[in-house]
Amino acid sequence: MPLAPAITDIEQLKDRPMVADLLAWRADAVQGARFDRDELTIFIAREAIREACARLKAQGLTDFLSDVTCADYYPREPRFELAYHLLSMKRKERVRLKVRLSGDDASVESIVSIWPSANFFERELFDLFGIRFLGHPYLRRIMLPEDWEGHPLRKDYPVEGYR
Amino acid sequence: MGHLNPNPVLDATEDKSMILNMGPQHPSTHGVLRLLLEIDGETIVRMMPDIGFLHTGIEKTCEAKFYQQVVPLTDRIDYLCPMVNNLCYVMAVEKLLGLEIPPRAQWMRVLLAELQRISSHLVWLGTHAMDIGAMSVFLYCFREREDLLRIYEMVSGQRMMTSYFRIGGLALDPPLGFFEKVKQFLDRFPEKIDEYENLLTGNFIFIDRLKGVAKISADDALAIGLTGPSLRASGVDFDIRRDMPYCGYENFKFSVPVQKEGDVWARYLCRVAELRQSREIAKQALEGMPSGPTKADAPKIVLPDREKMKTQMEALIYHFKIVTEGFAVPAGEVYHAIESPRGEMGYYIVSDGTAKPMRVHMRSPSYANLQALPQMCEGRLIADVVAAIGSIDIVLGEIDR
Repeated sequence: MPLAPAITDIEQLKDRPMVADLLAWRADAVQGARFDRDELTIFIAREAIREACARLKAQGLTDFLSDVTCADYYPREPRFELAYHLLSMKRKERVRLKVRLSGDDASVESIVSIWPSANFFERELFDLFGIRFLGHPYLRRIMLPEDWEGHPLRKDYPVEGYR
Repeated sequence: MGHLNPNPVLDATEDKSMILNMGPQHPSTHGVLRLLLEIDGETIVRMMPDIGFLHTGIEKTCEAKFYQQVVPLTDRIDYLCPMVNNLCYVMAVEKLLGLEIPPRAQWMRVLLAELQRISSHLVWLGTHAMDIGAMSVFLYCFREREDLLRIYEMVSGQRMMTSYFRIGGLALDPPLGFFEKVKQFLDRFPEKIDEYENLLTGNFIFIDRLKGVAKISADDALAIGLTGPSLRASGVDFDIRRDMPYCGYENFKFSVPVQKEGDVWARYLCRVAELRQSREIAKQALEGMPSGPTKADAPKIVLPDREKMKTQMEALIYHFKIVTEGFAVPAGEVYHAIESPRGEMGYYIVSDGTAKPMRVHMRSPSYANLQALPQMCEGRLIADVVAAIGSIDIVLGEIDR
């Protein structure tokens, strides 16, 4: 089973309900889409992520937030890519919303008001990546002690830690 | 020492309430969970979980290892069902590689994953009942778990940290006599479940402690991220094995137990019913076990057989290459989710085209399930916290990672 090439042209993905819905809602918020290895990824503008989550939820296209996570592409800029994994139990379909964040201003609106389950996930990202979630009810370190220095999952943090 | 500072801060909001610290050294927190309780008499006004005592930075460690070296690390995430974690990780990498797995390996994976579900649920049942005060059930459950641990040892050489599923198939073909041992276990298991149920399901003391306690509605449960049997006990009929099948689960017939009440009792009934269903799936896997290879035909990814390595030059070269340089994985990202005994276990892996993953993230079910605990307990008694913790079946290893 060789890998099928990824579809990165948004024109070819327009017939997918989630892409179509987000485009109809705010075409300027959708920065791109990608279909690779049976997984749909939609790139969303940083300012619009909370509203995009709210929109997909209100339209009944997703009914569960599986996960919020991040990857650091240092030294590339924008270095962070947040990934929101949403699931529709009804339609048995997953979608990944991605937001790119630059290193100088690693902050994004919190989605806790839409999905309360994002609370711990966002705290974890704040703790380990140093990403600030604006409007989060309790943005404090969750894994590491309060007085820890640095954010270990950043690529410029050594694997052995600072000694 | 940071954790001994008065953080996370929880100030008593009213004069009459006080702060009680529960854990991290408390037998019924199932590990090192610390709960800060604001209490008014015996009633909980607010609760705040404090975690991170077992944080070892596994996700960071993964980034410094070859893909195949990550498998043993995944064992240590959820130590009650290591093979389910192996399964999720290797399937995610196989998805990245576009690798096809032979049917025998898939069926073996299903068989062992279901046995792991049984042994994980047995630990849950034993400790949950012990928290409530039924000591003997614990010993009964661990008796059966011991049989299962012997089966894992037989197949992988390890009782707990098995690392038996590898990228591209299994580490080894199962040894002689393995299937008979499994069959013996599955044949006598139903009457053991009856035995536990005799002790608990009709037990008035047990029912009184569980019924109506720590309720959560279906909408609240979905919003807070609850998955697995805890979610199904609130009336949401969703099981990844049935609804988004992976690893050949579409070939198996089983039902998904669902309850409506959403209390501790409903979660208990769901899990006990799951014990029977898992046994059903394992039995089907055993009876229909296909023959054939247990490793994919991908010499650059799967380690060659020992015998071939000693006689064939190419096999030796491939072995040397894989062990010293790993294998490159095409760039891309995947999120693969499976149904672990606790809920949705997902691995998010980003590859940059080299032999080491750029990012491995584990979406562990316990981490999300723990968020529901304050909602379940607020407004109830301290004694109910113990029942509630037991009912969401958390493993601190996968919470803290």
